[in-house]
Amino acid sequence: MTIADSTQSLRRQSLRQASIPRAGVAVLIAGSIGLAFVLFAVTPLQGDADFVVVAALLSVVILVAASWTVEGRRRAIDRFATSATMLALILTLLPLGFVLGYVIKRGAKDFNINFLTHSLAGIGPLDAGGGVYHAIIGTFEQVLIASFISVPLGLMVAIFITEYSRSSLATAVRFLVDVMTGIPSIVAGLFVLSFWILALNQPYTGFAAAMALAILELPIIVRTSEEMIRLVPAALREAAYALGVPKWKTILRVVLPTATTGITTGVMLAMARVIGETAPVFLVAGNNFFINNDPLHGQQASLATFIFINARASSDLQVDRAWAAALTLILIVAVLYVSARLLTRRNALARR
Amino acid sequence: MAKRIETVDLSCYYGSMQAVEGVSLTVEPKSVTAFIGPSGCGKSTFLRALNRMHEVIPNARIEGTVLLDDEDIYGPGIEAAAVRRTIGMVFQKPNPFPTMSIYDNVAAGLKLNGIRKKSELDGAVERSLRGANLWDEVKSRLNKPGMGLSGGQQQRLCIARAIAVEPQVLLMDEPCSALDPISTLAIEDLINELKDRYTIVIVTHNMQQAARVSDVTAFFTLKGPGEPGRLIEVDATQKIFTNPSEKRTEDYITGRFG
Ligand SMILES: Nc1ncnc2c1ncn2[C@@H]1O[C@H](COP(=O)(O)OP(=O)(O)O)[C@@H](O)[C@H]1O
Ligand SMILES: [Mg+2]
Repeated sequence: MTIADSTQSLRRQSLRQASIPRAGVAVLIAGSIGLAFVLFAVTPLQGDADFVVVAALLSVVILVAASWTVEGRRRAIDRFATSATMLALILTLLPLGFVLGYVIKRGAKDFNINFLTHSLAGIGPLDAGGGVYHAIIGTFEQVLIASFISVPLGLMVAIFITEYSRSSLATAVRFLVDVMTGIPSIVAGLFVLSFWILALNQPYTGFAAAMALAILELPIIVRTSEEMIRLVPAALREAAYALGVPKWKTILRVVLPTATTGITTGVMLAMARVIGETAPVFLVAGNNFFINNDPLHGQQASLATFIFINARASSDLQVDRAWAAALTLILIVAVLYVSARLLTRRNALARR
Repeated sequence: MAKRIETVDLSCYYGSMQAVEGVSLTVEPKSVTAFIGPSGCGKSTFLRALNRMHEVIPNARIEGTVLLDDEDIYGPGIEAAAVRRTIGMVFQKPNPFPTMSIYDNVAAGLKLNGIRKKSELDGAVERSLRGANLWDEVKSRLNKPGMGLSGGQQQRLCIARAIAVEPQVLLMDEPCSALDPISTLAIEDLINELKDRYTIVIVTHNMQQAARVSDVTAFFTLKGPGEPGRLIEVDATQKIFTNPSEKRTEDYITGRFG
């Protein structure tokens, strides 16, 4: 028998191997769910979550058992591994789906253009109407100022780590930045409170909140920019050096532009990360029911503090407003994340 | 315009590892000198020491002297950036700046060195692209990204970029090894034209290419792995390929190396 013949017969063999078709799998899973229904009807078992768990376990057991008898041991193990990972995936996505679904369901009630364009000025706990305009302004100003502080600083640290420092110093700085990543957000707020407001005797303002957020953004920006700058091929730097371009200009005009999309993505993710911070912001910016466009004077609301204060209020009207504000915040974060993803996709370096 | 390069007892190190040992060599102006030799014998390292690109690598250093028309390029008060503007370099893999258009790639060396005048830049870009035999192919799309060109065009773009700053010497490290035969031919023709104005050094793995384009050939080799590379023989290309004085050169050229 030639080699060609033997591969031929191998192929024919594998073609003939018994397997459960897709439709069969669907029927088995549907049957498992049906069986779960019956179980919940006749036994003391009850509860929605319990039902999901029992149905899922039944599906796996029945599918693997059927596979073992029909398809053999190897395929049965394969089926088991596949369904186990699928289950893990579903378990991970379920909470996310529930959170999103619930926020949308509760938040949709008050969420409208009026809500987005009005403040709480003159709206009492028992009045309907009012909105989050003042909080949106506060959130945007605080996060933008925080980024204006932390982006240049973070970029410079990243450039220092990647381009200038000797390796031991770079390791030390990178370690410190990692430690900074672990700073609890309330500690950042406390730091600004004790240092800026109490020791230096500055007022409670949106700017103070921005400083706390900047502390939280800084390590994220350093690490993402560092990665992005590292992705810039050495060949590009060498090309610039070979043209007689000094190092600092090479970094500024060749390295950074090449890494821009990646760095921008990192900045957006850092913003998305801190936009929902509540404790440090509440601590040093206080709250305001009126529109305060000035981050340097007077207390300022933010979406997070708005949610925090209204959610624990006694009136249902206020709780509804908190949900609508939560929906607003989630939408803003979603826009940030999606833009970051789109930018990443355009980033030629990350694709390589 | 074109200048002579002379090295005296030049050794190159990466940290404690010696990559090149004691090379003394003269490259005459307005000629093409080819470096040949097995991989790892230090051709690239030696080439990069000629325009102070070697020192870009952390811990890399040299011993010995490199003279550009009798001026020590490693001498006190000499700026590496100025040396590199005088001695340009083309790399093995075409490396146009991905964020820049064709025009900006060619103008990069001038712009980044402070020249802003539009008329001056326009003139230099056209002159360099014509010099690199690329003008006719790209003149209608100067504002398109340089990365959109074919490999051979990208390499000619890099040559245009290198000659835009009007260097006196052009170092090329295996400029054709990533290219197809047609593009290789285009670059070889270009080298033939450029040698009227520049001193050219080219590293190549392709023996026929060395024979075709160069006037002088230098053969480097190393005794074994971990040993530094040495210059074995340098002579007129004609002589190296027909009647080398060293047995090792003959073995390498006839394929009996190793
Ligand atoms: N960046 C570097 N760091 C350390 N060693 C290097 C580096 N580049 C090259 N080398 C070593 O130097 C020797 C010569 O390399 P190279 O000059 O690239 O040889 P060639 O160009 O002739 O193939 C090799 O042993 C190589 O491993
Ligand atoms: Mg090489």
